[in-house]
Amino acid sequence: MTTRWIEFFAGLKGEFPILPGVVPFGMIYGVSALSAHIPPLTALGMSSVVFAGSSQFIIVQLVAAGTPPIIIILTAFIVNIRHMLYSASLAPFVKRLPKHWKWLLAYLLTDEAYVVTISHYRKDEEADEQALYYKHWYFFGAGLALWSTWQASTAIGIFLGTQVPASLSLDFTSTLTFIALVVPSLKDRASIVAALTAGIVALVAYTLPFKLSLAVATIIGIAAGLIVETLRQPKNTRFLRSIP
Amino acid sequence: MTLWLTLIIVGVLTYATRLSFILFFSRMDVPTLLQRAFRFVPIAVLSAIIFPALFLPQGTLAFSISNTRLLAGVLALVVAWRTKNVLLTLVIGMGALYLLQWLVTIL
Repeated sequence: MTTRWIEFFAGLKGEFPILPGVVPFGMIYGVSALSAHIPPLTALGMSSVVFAGSSQFIIVQLVAAGTPPIIIILTAFIVNIRHMLYSASLAPFVKRLPKHWKWLLAYLLTDEAYVVTISHYRKDEEADEQALYYKHWYFFGAGLALWSTWQASTAIGIFLGTQVPASLSLDFTSTLTFIALVVPSLKDRASIVAALTAGIVALVAYTLPFKLSLAVATIIGIAAGLIVETLRQPKNTRFLRSIP
Repeated sequence: MTLWLTLIIVGVLTYATRLSFILFFSRMDVPTLLQRAFRFVPIAVLSAIIFPALFLPQGTLAFSISNTRLLAGVLALVVAWRTKNVLLTLVIGMGALYLLQWLVTIL
């Protein structure tokens, strides 16, 4: 087996432990998309056109609430801006690759593929060019494993969604999923303040037209988090840390 | 049709954020403030969705015992905090919702 295939299979294997958590998430997306009256084919198409779990959930909620398209686009964009950070972090490792590889790998760049790939690249960062040569095949393997799993599990969810009655309150599953995603990331005071501020602003601004409350609450929540983080970092430690 | 068009625009924009530094500005660094702000994005967006879903289930503020979604949501929050388990949070949250809905009908 050539080095590129060894890297590819190592990528599949590296992604594997993450997949059991992705399957129920994809299935719930499928079920909740149908309970928001999104046609099955559109719900399935969203998984490859948008291919970003949390924003697909948010789009479903906004569609269910009858939100105008421009607000859906704006909100989804804010949620997906974090991909720029992943893109920046991986850019040095893929910069010598031909363009078609960059287009392909960028399409497969998700939270889950990023986590696995960046640690593989960093493992021997000082290694020579030769060692780095086939590592994009690892990225490809990890990304493809996640992509296929996401497509399959959303398809199963959509199939199941056509079988369950609307009276089961299944739309609540997406609220619960969001709670399960956000709570573990509340590790410090700044993130707790960001969460509470965004939540309270969303309640206060709820009557704003076009569901603008979501974008307004998000921006104010981020600002609150940044302010608390800045205040809680004493100036003298910032100075000390800059000494090598 | 409008929905498809919306999804295609969201898809193109999302793809653009992924391509950003890999393809378009491969020689640039992310500004520090932006880097720090990224961490709060999912936290703020998700909270801005969760709060109204729990406190305003019918579009008006509901603090009563009959707001089954608020009670089930608070329980799910505790489960998520203690276990960090998505599936368990879902199962207990939905279970609590069904139980509360049933209690409200018989009380």
